[in-house]
Amino acid sequence: MFWGSRKTINMNYFPDEVLEHVFDFITSHKDRNSVSLVCKSWYKIEKYSRQRVFLGNCYSISPERLIARFPGLKSLTLKGKPHFADFNLVPDDWGGFLYPWIKAMGKSRIGLEELKLKRMVVSDESLELLSKSFPNFKSLVLVSCEGFTTDGLAAIAANCRFLRELDLQENEVEDHRGHWLSCFPESCTSLVSLNFACLKGEINLASLERLVTRSPNLKSLRLNRAVPFDTLQRLLIRAPQLVDLGTGSYVNDPSSEAYKKFKAAIQSCNSIRSLSGFLEVAPRCMSAIYPICENLTFLNLSYAAGLQSNELTKLIQHCRKLQRLWILDCIGDKGLGVVASACKELQELRVFPSDPFDAGNAAVTEEGLVLVSAGCPKLNSLLYFCQRMTNAALITVAKNCTNFIRFRLCILDPIKPDPVTNQPLDEGFGAIVRSCKGLKRLSLSGLLTDQVFYYIGMYAKKLEMLSIAFAGDSDKGMLYVLNGCKKLRKLEIRDCPFGDAALLEDMGKYETMRSLWMSTCEVTLGACKMLAKKMPNLNIEIINENEQTESNLDDNQKVDKMYLYRTLVGHREDAPEFVWLL
Amino acid sequence: MEIGLNTKGGGGDHVGGCEEEKMGFEETELRLGLPGGGGDGGEVQDTSGIDPDEGKLTGLAATDPAKPPAKAQVVGWPPVRSFRKNMLAITATQKSSSDESGGEKAAFVKVSMDGAPYLRKVDLRMYTSYQQLCVALAKMFSSFTIGSCGSQGMMDFMNESKLMDLLNGSDYVPTYEDKDGDWMLVGDVPWEVFVESCKRLGIMKGTEAIGLAPKVVEKCKKRS
Repeated sequence: MFWGSRKTINMNYFPDEVLEHVFDFITSHKDRNSVSLVCKSWYKIEKYSRQRVFLGNCYSISPERLIARFPGLKSLTLKGKPHFADFNLVPDDWGGFLYPWIKAMGKSRIGLEELKLKRMVVSDESLELLSKSFPNFKSLVLVSCEGFTTDGLAAIAANCRFLRELDLQENEVEDHRGHWLSCFPESCTSLVSLNFACLKGEINLASLERLVTRSPNLKSLRLNRAVPFDTLQRLLIRAPQLVDLGTGSYVNDPSSEAYKKFKAAIQSCNSIRSLSGFLEVAPRCMSAIYPICENLTFLNLSYAAGLQSNELTKLIQHCRKLQRLWILDCIGDKGLGVVASACKELQELRVFPSDPFDAGNAAVTEEGLVLVSAGCPKLNSLLYFCQRMTNAALITVAKNCTNFIRFRLCILDPIKPDPVTNQPLDEGFGAIVRSCKGLKRLSLSGLLTDQVFYYIGMYAKKLEMLSIAFAGDSDKGMLYVLNGCKKLRKLEIRDCPFGDAALLEDMGKYETMRSLWMSTCEVTLGACKMLAKKMPNLNIEIINENEQTESNLDDNQKVDKMYLYRTLVGHREDAPEFVWLL
Repeated sequence: MEIGLNTKGGGGDHVGGCEEEKMGFEETELRLGLPGGGGDGGEVQDTSGIDPDEGKLTGLAATDPAKPPAKAQVVGWPPVRSFRKNMLAITATQKSSSDESGGEKAAFVKVSMDGAPYLRKVDLRMYTSYQQLCVALAKMFSSFTIGSCGSQGMMDFMNESKLMDLLNGSDYVPTYEDKDGDWMLVGDVPWEVFVESCKRLGIMKGTEAIGLAPKVVEKCKKRS
């Protein structure tokens, strides 16, 4: 209507509420960030209407500035420690504390409703403050966090009157064997999702049953090891509407009454699409699960160490609609062949090592991966721990599956060459990046030279995260990546011969990335200091666990661990002694 | 019938409590050869270098970072989350102790006693301490040894405090065969670890136990 006119088009003709309504449809963080850059009035409207914020690095901004920037904040995602902290490369007290965030938001008028944390240190104190500061708090998701006990959970249960979601994934929780579950008041009937599979201690089973009974909206329930089979059966009767189930202990005698009742109960749970748990498992009881297999889209048996390959394949054969499968490598190559023939809808496969330290137990090899790639054309996400890999296999996989978004290969011996040709795996990974144009995440392993990085820099144009270990020959390798991967956000490197020249070649690059981790490389303290001096918007942290102080260390000495990240707020104030902020 | 226990701690002037509190998973983790890394709860830094069970180097940070030793275990490799490693370790210990009949909770093991004409079976999971087990064993095998108790007679066995006295300073040494086939003295490891690793029990006469472990008998004598 307005295009015919010669007047300047002015979107400000529309009242703010209209723009706000339009912005409601823009949900992606990236898009909202772009919207806020258009003009001042759009910035303002977006600012006040923004409810969901994602901070990939909790130290990139301070709580106070976040609150000022987005006063309407309702849902916050925070990530703390760098990824390599998962593998013991980051000392415990490095940082990532939740408390300052809760304190600041609690004092402000933020009406926080959802909080999702990953690799943060969460104290009981912060959980308690959280539970008391936000009356509308609805959802708490903790992934790979630590620092809290079941007392903190008790506070959440007791005080969050409208709690819908309590989802604890792989956290280290100290179990005080209190009755945290009993702290949910009788009036709490709003639970939609409850996941306490990572808790090690006993659970008040009667409280659990009562809680499930009074939660008609419960869709997701993941139990811990302490919940026995007969309780599981009773819970299923109370919650046949479940969509996602994590069993606790799955051990029983197939001839028992409890088992018969379970079989009956599970038949009526025809909404279950996602199944996990089996932390303890009796193989002979698995057939009770078969009736629900045909509707499963996600199956996680990666903790079910008690199941052998034939039991696994018998189960998986029934799962024709499976989209995501997490499994242990005891399934074997043959078992993966069964997956390939049965699960035609498969998109994500994760094969974990059942015994990470016994390399003699060759469970899966390149053959299994090739079979899956041939049988599952929709495969786009892979995490594969294997005994060995060949270039030929990777080239075949690249031909079969061009849709990979995430490709993480971990050969258990980190510098193992192609066992058939004795060559490095450069060509194999090169084929992957060439073929999978949408690749966003890549983890490398095996014997690799600078050549693989040449390929990555050349072809992996959409790559956002790259993990490198024991690879490369010289600085050239790292430079290929930094120069070629324009979308790179996270780069983590350990035990590679990359040094100062690579680090300092393009310092501005790091402001376009979230973070860089380098440990046991050739980078010296002097180079890190120079980088810190030239780039005020980067925090360069040196983690030094030896007794040396900063002054003792010569500029020419190599640093053991360096972690750098862009930030708007300069040095953090909570760094422990062994972290030097340059 | 008297069984000498080689256990530590506890009340009284003789074998009383046992180390049942400690879960002992730390020790299990050592056997699996988990590397000692920074700050992973429950892991023991094994700086001695070789884990005898696994024959592998443990807890090493690679001294030459570009070339890790082939069989050595490097910190943080393979890249598996500690949480997952710990969970699998717990499941592994439970798996290895489960019955052939498929994962029920009972842990029946054969018990033999020197001189007894037939063996017995006990369910280790019926007990929560070494003390309880030994009392049960004593009662079980009492019928074979009444004769040797001379004039004391049956009544004393009904009297538990007398039974406790008899458990002290005895000629009999409780031993067990573990997963690896080795014969071990009962009481060294925490109760939970013992239950997971015990395959059968044997109550040996002290004199025969000397062949097993010369110090064993000394220890028992010392305790009484």
